[in-house]
Amino acid sequence: MSVLVLADRSGSTVSQPTRSAVAAAQKIGGDVHVLVLGAEGADAHAKLPGVGKVLKAEGEAFANGLAEPVAALLVALAPGYSHLLAPGSAGGKNVMPRAAALLDVQIISDIAGVIDADTFQRFIYAGNALATVKSADARKVATVRAASFDPVPAEGGSAVIEAAPAAGDPGLSTFVGAQIVKSERPELTAARIVVSGGRAMGSSDQFKILEGVADRLGAAIGASRAAVDAGYAPNDMQVGQTGKIVAPELYIAFGISGAIQHLAGMKDSKVIVAVNKDEEAPIFQVADYGLVGDVFKVIPELEAELDKK
Amino acid sequence: MKLLVPVKRVVDYNVKVRVKADQTGVETANVKMSMNPFDEIAVEEAVRLKEKGTVTEIVAVSIGPTAAQEQIRTALAMGADRGILIEVDGIVEPLAVAKLLKAVVEKETPGLVILGKQAIDDDMNATGQMLAALLGWGQGTFASKLELTADSATVTREVDGGLETVTLKLPAIVTTDLRLNEPRYASLPNIMKARKKPIETMKPADLGVDAAPRLTTLKVEEPPKRIAGKKVGSVAELVDKLRNEAKVI
Repeated sequence: MSVLVLADRSGSTVSQPTRSAVAAAQKIGGDVHVLVLGAEGADAHAKLPGVGKVLKAEGEAFANGLAEPVAALLVALAPGYSHLLAPGSAGGKNVMPRAAALLDVQIISDIAGVIDADTFQRFIYAGNALATVKSADARKVATVRAASFDPVPAEGGSAVIEAAPAAGDPGLSTFVGAQIVKSERPELTAARIVVSGGRAMGSSDQFKILEGVADRLGAAIGASRAAVDAGYAPNDMQVGQTGKIVAPELYIAFGISGAIQHLAGMKDSKVIVAVNKDEEAPIFQVADYGLVGDVFKVIPELEAELDKK
Repeated sequence: MKLLVPVKRVVDYNVKVRVKADQTGVETANVKMSMNPFDEIAVEEAVRLKEKGTVTEIVAVSIGPTAAQEQIRTALAMGADRGILIEVDGIVEPLAVAKLLKAVVEKETPGLVILGKQAIDDDMNATGQMLAALLGWGQGTFASKLELTADSATVTREVDGGLETVTLKLPAIVTTDLRLNEPRYASLPNIMKARKKPIETMKPADLGVDAAPRLTTLKVEEPPKRIAGKKVGSVAELVDKLRNEAKVI
């Protein structure tokens, strides 16, 4: 038995979801190999403890992570592996189902637990039910829910690096460009503390007052779908069923009512704090600490209190 | 150009689902069912393309129980021209759905298939990618913008960290993200008109597809419950609790 993990493209570093996917691979057992797209990341991935080999796929189509050539490469590599995994990030969700269908296998999306080599747990209905499923397929293809597995350390291993076999680009799609939001803050899915705002923030300018709290706590900033739809925050900040799934040590929700779809993205957080002026808001049912009050009064007070030390 | 839009009948997104006591699944009897929200966005996008003149016909397809006719009627009332229902009882996994849709695509030869990015019941996020693979077509997943010409589709995709743009050769597959558009409500006259639009019904066997599941659900449980917390009276008390009780800051 051996497991191939398709890494997130993250430049010369390893993403936290990739380290969680490697942790899931180790739970399955056997040799763990990592496939890195692009020329940059192979050295960093070779340092992951427990990884035996890093396969490096160079070339423009791979560097841009286009689904068609990457899935074709996975299919070419598949005969050597019992399991193909990827983090459940946008890249993994784009590629893995395509590879699974080419292998005539049903994908197992966002696994949250490994029972044995054939049996996995996953959430359904926006996190409101946990299903245990057993796959009858000869080869398992799955994505991994990062919040459910403690990531392996970034250092400590020394895997060999090999070039991945050449695989052609089927030429079905062309990469045009990307607009990536620059941020000095920790990555949302990897942050130890997340500060999140909802519709009650009122405007994109007012949403920025969260930065003061986030800076004092070294936190990432998230948003509810309502805040994103209203244009207060960019879509990649969205936490929820259709956005990012986070499980930080501390999650502070400012002016978020707590719809099922939002809770799906954050209810595994260790400590949840809710600040909302509606004391009936459903978010208070999952919050460890709730404060009923206006976010615009609470935030300056909170900043002052945090400055006291 | 003809467009194919698959739609799924799911438990309405506002329903708080309950796990069955025997752990075989969730309670779906006497629960409000609706069209999957991402599929509404797919139908809306198709209708807008038709209104612009790039698209000539929209075929809405659903795979599920006889009652899934309701969801096809909703698509017809929004502006789709005709429907196809593939009747199957029980769970049909994305791989089987993709195989059934492939058979429909081969009969109907659309220039583009627009699907929702995921169904809110199984949360798989896989059918569009699997259909693209089986057809050997390009895929533009998680689309927040779609521009169509006679032989290509340019798709702006929502990815971690921002947006990415790809151009696909047609025919191709596109899956919708939430911000692609805001679906319209069907007007009463359009709901009435939709009753007269045709729906063709078939079975998986008619298409020569084995829809047997590959995954066996051993059990379905309630997720671990959070212990109810407490309300604090002031910001000072909150910070004190976070520092000294929870020890997270």
